[in-house]
Amino acid sequence: MPIDYLPIFAFLVIAILFAVVTIALSSIIGTKKPIPQKMMPYECGVDPIGSARRRFSVKFYIIAMLFIIFDIEAVFLYPWAVIFKDMGTFGFIEMGVFIVILFVGLIYAWKKGALEWE
Amino acid sequence: MTVTGFFFFSIAAVVLISAILVVVLRNPVHSALSLVLTFFSLAGLYILLNAQFIAAIQVIVYAGAIMVLFLFVIMLLNLDKEKRVGEKHPLQKAFGIAIAVFLLVALGSIVAAGVLYGNKGIHTEARVSAIGNTKAIAGLLFTDWVLPFEIASILLLAAIVGAIVLSKKEL
Repeated sequence: MPIDYLPIFAFLVIAILFAVVTIALSSIIGTKKPIPQKMMPYECGVDPIGSARRRFSVKFYIIAMLFIIFDIEAVFLYPWAVIFKDMGTFGFIEMGVFIVILFVGLIYAWKKGALEWE
Repeated sequence: MTVTGFFFFSIAAVVLISAILVVVLRNPVHSALSLVLTFFSLAGLYILLNAQFIAAIQVIVYAGAIMVLFLFVIMLLNLDKEKRVGEKHPLQKAFGIAIAVFLLVALGSIVAAGVLYGNKGIHTEARVSAIGNTKAIAGLLFTDWVLPFEIASILLLAAIVGAIVLSKKEL
């Protein structure tokens, strides 16, 4: 029933309001005396060089891709876990086949060094 | 207006506004973040439709995993603010408006005619609520649709191999 989700909605509203109110309040009642040193990302330490928008390594792509695939595998496990007791051995074998096929993929990724950060 | 109606229209407004922002905003990272908001609000609409499992999947897979990939791709391509490269086609806006009007008329006429409400299946709202949303899906997925479920694992295997072949320098 959608009404069961009202507490989650209330939680969401309070979380958003808290974030908005604290930022708004600190900008309203706080004093602002900006000096160049204060406006730098790091007051002490190494001065920033260039833009933060640097090109990322393609290694991140493969990590993100593998994350999505195993995330979807995990999503299939939720309904299976809910019905596991009713299904018995058949459900166990069924999910076993599913996981073994994906495990082959994991071994492939492992052997090809996709999990290494070379 | 009923309570459900109030929530529906508020969430629908958030969905539409954030979806428009995805297209309108010039900074690709801001567009991606608006898309996260769109996906989140869509999960709210699924909950209103009594599809809690789909709502959870929407948050876990779309707002979580797929948007992470989107952000990575934006960073991989090193997209900065959209640069105006190439010339715009003179008829670009006219075509866009024409297609939008066509879609509005087509969808509007379908909704107005009420054709969308076909025959209802055996899984009525009361029945799904009685056995539980996730359990109802699981009961069908792991019995009647077990073959598509196993085929899905092969599809995911193909995706793993494809991602590795595409992004590794030497195999």
